[in-house]
Amino acid sequence: MSSQVAAMSRKTRGPWALAFAKLATDRAAIASLAVFLIIVLACFSAPLYAKWAGTDPFASTLDAVIQIDGADVPVMEQSTEGLGLGYTPIGPTWRLGNYFLGADSQGRDVMARLLYGGLNSLLIAGAATIFTLIFGTLAGLIAGYFGGITDTVLSRLLDVLWAFPIYLLAISLSIVTIAQGIAIGPIEIQSGSLWLPIIIIGVVYIPYVARPIRGQVLALRHSEFVLAAINLGVPGWRILLRDILPNITTTLIVFVPLMMALNMLTESALSFLSIGVQPPAASWGTIIQDGQALLYTRPLVALVPGLAIAISVMSLNVFGDGLRDALDPRSKVRLGRD
Amino acid sequence: MIYAILRRFGQMLFVMFGISVIVFLIFFATPGADPAARIAGRNASSEVLAAVRHSFGFDQPLYVQYTRMMEKIFVTGDLTSFVNRGWKVVPAVMDSIPVTLSLVFGAAVLWVMVSIIIGIVAAATRDSWLDKLLMALGLLGISMPVYWLGEVMNLITQSRYHDSWAFSWVPPLGYKNFSDDPKGWFLTLVIPWITLAILYIGIYGRVLRAAIIESMQEDYIRTARAKGLSEARILFRHALRTSLIAFVTLFGLDFGALVGGSALLTEVVFGLHGIGKLTYDALQNLDLPMIMATVMYASMFVVIANAVVDFIYILLDPRLRAS
Repeated sequence: MSSQVAAMSRKTRGPWALAFAKLATDRAAIASLAVFLIIVLACFSAPLYAKWAGTDPFASTLDAVIQIDGADVPVMEQSTEGLGLGYTPIGPTWRLGNYFLGADSQGRDVMARLLYGGLNSLLIAGAATIFTLIFGTLAGLIAGYFGGITDTVLSRLLDVLWAFPIYLLAISLSIVTIAQGIAIGPIEIQSGSLWLPIIIIGVVYIPYVARPIRGQVLALRHSEFVLAAINLGVPGWRILLRDILPNITTTLIVFVPLMMALNMLTESALSFLSIGVQPPAASWGTIIQDGQALLYTRPLVALVPGLAIAISVMSLNVFGDGLRDALDPRSKVRLGRD
Repeated sequence: MIYAILRRFGQMLFVMFGISVIVFLIFFATPGADPAARIAGRNASSEVLAAVRHSFGFDQPLYVQYTRMMEKIFVTGDLTSFVNRGWKVVPAVMDSIPVTLSLVFGAAVLWVMVSIIIGIVAAATRDSWLDKLLMALGLLGISMPVYWLGEVMNLITQSRYHDSWAFSWVPPLGYKNFSDDPKGWFLTLVIPWITLAILYIGIYGRVLRAAIIESMQEDYIRTARAKGLSEARILFRHALRTSLIAFVTLFGLDFGALVGGSALLTEVVFGLHGIGKLTYDALQNLDLPMIMATVMYASMFVVIANAVVDFIYILLDPRLRAS
């Protein structure tokens, strides 16, 4: 009771401050955010790590020799099994900067590739999230606000995209652009560019954002304050910007971490299928694919990037849940898999 | 009710048509390169290119090209691969369907059973350590890439602990036909089923828990309590029954998505030659006709499956039946 009185006597706090205060008390959400930020920081320091370790994570170094405790050790060890013809990459040395997690089948430092791969995974997931939010919101706003034939056409298109299984759509889009790239008018995207997976992942999730936004805008469109603004003769774009957009901001913010988590999983799956990030560039998905051939001899090559994905995605999901509870507890935003 | 079913049926036809148009536009009208060159694969000779142009009607208007493509995929089924010269694509897709369905149905049975148990236990012990542990595990299941989980499973059951008593029964990777060897069919699929189910147990357990907790606050639960019913009876006969509605809706959505998504990745990791593996192999050698066929058949299947779930839903739900 006393706290209630205290809260009332205090200066009224805005909804943002209240939401922030609520989020700050959610320990799981804050811890997850911290974990995720540490991962982001580590991945963005990839070039520094590679420079410090003196390794090039994109060049194959099959005949390299490294020093461990003063002894020379080849990065690719001659196999002792069978005819002794094959080579096995060196296992983890557990020495930072010196093949900490061992080498992959090209003799490249897995730790350095892990950080570079994470950088690409995070950049693609982040950029695709922004892409989806921009175009999803735009489609939702236009369909919900203008209604009529515009709404019918857009909504039917979104229905079809919604019903199209995500991976199948992404596979179709990737396979036709992967070899030759794509050129639309003056915009030309080379094959192998990171923009390809960004746009493809961004496009396939548009209905996931546009449909709920359209529903919200439709409800707001018929609310009294919007009707009042229309009757006052306020232009449509101004109503959209000043009256409607601020009312869907919380939903959009809640989407960010959950969308980002989904995008990381999608990117890794596409890269694993070899239609995402193209070599020599790496992402966590491509490293797992590289490690598949070494699974039984050097399992860490495939295990560690998968663990990195799982930790990142889980921390984003926990933080996203906390953010939703703080900002928009009634919303039923659920981002399914696939 | 008839009206609702007809309406849903019309919607299904529209979506099927829409998807086929999108697939057509992606494969034949994406700017950047000659579609004939894409379809013919790497280093195709000029005769092959000319043959592709002629048979797909690239010198004719788009709607003719569209009907040609649909004819090749669904009517005559004479779409051939150019990477594997002369390989008929549609029969290959048909042969792989039972593998994918075996994987998906088995996994679905497993995830529905386990997630109902988890949802009930978590809701009944709400806010206890057990509830928190189950929900955290569920979240972990959602957060792992399914193909990676499959590799971890392979590492454990095929390599590291294969010789231990726990996993010595696990057969080598691959698929066995049910009609030839039912026991082998079951054993090869157990680990893939578990892998695929883990992903969905997480989501469904969480959704069911939330739905049960929500329905526990309804008036009819209070009435049931006032009547003096036992807590167990209230949970199972009253709360769980209504909560399963959300569960079933979700199931319809995910079951379809599963066929076109996670099942594909699971097949690749476990060497099950279903539609997913077919697609994966085609992706590796840029075999576009094959990908066109697998994408088209799989997405049509997904759309039909979703519609069937909705039909059943209309039949089951008295409110929808009345309208």
